[in-house]
Amino acid sequence: MAVIINSDTLLHTLRNLRLNFTSDKLLRFVGLPLAGMTVFLLGWHVAALGVHTSLGQFPGPVQVLHQSAGLYQEYLEEKQREADFYARQEKRNAVLLEKNKDFKAQIRDYPSKPMFINQIGTSLKTVFTGFFLAAIIAIPLGIALGLSASLYGAVNPILQLFKPVSPLAWLPLVTIVVSSLYTTVHPDIPKSYVTSAVTVMLCCLWPTVINTAVGVTSVSSDLNNVSRVLRLNWLRHVRSIVLPAAIPMIFTGLRLSLSTAWMVLIAAEMLSQNPGLGKFVWDEFQNGSSDSLARIMVAVLTIGIIGYLLDRTMLTLQRKFSWDKQAITR
Amino acid sequence: MKTLLELTQIGVEFKTPKGSFVALDNVNLKIEEGEFVSLIGHSGCGKSTVLNVVAGLLVATTGGVLLSGREVNEPGPERAVVFQNHSLLPWLSAYQNVEIGVKEVFRGKKSRSEMKEWIEHNLELVHMTHALHKLPHELSGGMKQRIGIARALAMQPQVLLMDEPFGALDALTRAHLQDSLMEIQSRLNSTVIMITHDVDEAVLLSDRIVMMTNGPAATVGEILDIKLERPRNRLELADNSHYNHLRHEVLQFLYEKQRKVEDINRNTKKKNEPDNKIKRLQKAS
Repeated sequence: MAVIINSDTLLHTLRNLRLNFTSDKLLRFVGLPLAGMTVFLLGWHVAALGVHTSLGQFPGPVQVLHQSAGLYQEYLEEKQREADFYARQEKRNAVLLEKNKDFKAQIRDYPSKPMFINQIGTSLKTVFTGFFLAAIIAIPLGIALGLSASLYGAVNPILQLFKPVSPLAWLPLVTIVVSSLYTTVHPDIPKSYVTSAVTVMLCCLWPTVINTAVGVTSVSSDLNNVSRVLRLNWLRHVRSIVLPAAIPMIFTGLRLSLSTAWMVLIAAEMLSQNPGLGKFVWDEFQNGSSDSLARIMVAVLTIGIIGYLLDRTMLTLQRKFSWDKQAITR
Repeated sequence: MKTLLELTQIGVEFKTPKGSFVALDNVNLKIEEGEFVSLIGHSGCGKSTVLNVVAGLLVATTGGVLLSGREVNEPGPERAVVFQNHSLLPWLSAYQNVEIGVKEVFRGKKSRSEMKEWIEHNLELVHMTHALHKLPHELSGGMKQRIGIARALAMQPQVLLMDEPFGALDALTRAHLQDSLMEIQSRLNSTVIMITHDVDEAVLLSDRIVMMTNGPAATVGEILDIKLERPRNRLELADNSHYNHLRHEVLQFLYEKQRKVEDINRNTKKKNEPDNKIKRLQKAS
C-alpha cells in the first residue's frame, strides 16, 4: 500500500514541532514561572524568619513541606489503625463464635477522627452540592431575566441587594432555618453539611444569574431576525437560538460562581463545623500547638491548589462544550 | 407576467425623543414573478427599511405590502432574507444552518431523507458541498454568505430578499458570488429584491433598478429597466455601449440628481439612520 504524505502538511508539522521546543517558549512556559516561584519561596523564607508569634516562629516553606509530609503520614497511620481495629474485632468474634455457636457477631464502627485527606473530600462534596444547586436555579432564572425586560426590571434591585452579602452574614440565618426545617437528620447528610452547601449556594448564585442574563440579552438582533423569519415558536426560539448563543456567557458565569463557591465554602465550614478544610483550619487555630501554623499553611496552599484545579476543570469543560473558542482566554 | 409583490403607499415613521422621524414616504412598487429588482440609493435613504417592511420585520406606519394578493404583516419563510452579515448560527455547521430552516418550513411535508436531499441540493446550488460539516468560523466571508443564500433558498421562498448581501466581501469574491447568484436565478427563476450600493452589481444582476431619493421621507426616485440579454457576462458587458449607458444613468441619478453632501466636520457617521439615532439618544439620556 502506498503511503502518500502531503509534503506541505509534513513540513508544517515539523515546523510546529520545532516551534514547541524553541528556547523562547521554554523560557516563557517553564523558565518564568520557575523563577517567580523561586523568588516567592526565598522571600517567604526570609520573611518568616522575622515573624515571631505566641506559637513560635512563623513557618517557612521548609516547615510547611515537613508538615504536609507529617499530615500524610498521620493519614496512613490512621488508616492502619482502622484496619487493625476491624481485624481485632473479627479475630475476637471468630474466637467467641467457636466457643458459642449461637453467638451473633457484631462489628463496631471505627470511631475515626476526620483526617486531612478526608477533609478535602468533604469540602469538595460540599462545594459541588452548593454549586450545582446554584446552577440549577441560576441558569433558568438568568434566561428568564434575559428574555423579559420587565422581569429583569423587577428582579434587578433584588439581585443588586443580595449580590454583595457576605457568606458570614447568611450563615447564622441558614443555620437556624436548616435546624428548624431539616429535623429528621439522615446519618450521611449532617446538618453542618446542609448549612454549608446552602450558604455556598446563596453566595454563588449571582455571577451565573447575571452572566446568563447578559448572554441572553446580547443575542444579536440578526439572529433574532433569523428566528422571526423562520417563525420559530417560543420554545424552539429559546432552545435553538437563545440558549446556544448564551452558552459562552453561561460558562463564564459558572466559572466565576465556582471560584466564589470555593472561597465561601472555607468560611462556611469554619463556622458551621462541617468537617472540611475550613474546620481543619479552625481546629488548628483553636488547638494552638507549635505545629498549628505550619499545618494551617498546608491547608492554605491546598485550598489554593484545589481552587486552581477547579477553575481549570471549568475551563476544560468550557473548551469542550462552548462553540465560541475565542471567548476563552485565561 | 403577473404581479407577485405589491408595495402601496408605504410610509414609515420612527418615534424619537426629538419627535417623529419620517424615513419613508409614499413608496409604490410592483414586482413581477421571476423579476430581479435592485434597490439603490445613498446610505441612510431607507433602502433597508423598505426591505424590512417587505420581510415583515418592520411594520409600515402607512400603506402595506401584498404578496400574491395577501397582506404581509409578520415575517415568514416565504419571504426569506439573506442578511448582510450572513447571520449564520455560529454553533451550527453549514449543513445544520440550512437544516434549521428546512425543518421549520417542511415539517410534516418532507420525509427525513427528502429533507436531507433538499438541503444538499441547495448547498450544491451555491457550490458548498465540500464544506457541509464546517462551522461558520472555519469558512471565509464569501463561503458564509453562500451558506446564507442556501439557507434562504432552501426555504423555497416566493421572493428572496437580499440586504446588501455582498457588501462585506472583497471585489473578487463579490464577483464570484454575483456569477453564482445569476446562475441560480436563471435556474430557479426566483423573484429577488436586492439592496446594493454597487452600481455595477445593480446593472449586471437586475431586470430593473429602483433608485431611491435621499431621506428623510425617501421615496422611489426613478426606475430603470435593464434590457440586457441573459446570460450576462461581465467581461463582454464591459465593452457594451448599452451597458455603459445604463451605468451612466444610475451614476447620474446618484451623483447629480440625488447628490449627497455629508458634513464631514460635524458628523462622519452615517446620517439619518433612525435605529442608531435612537440608540445614541437613549444612551445620552
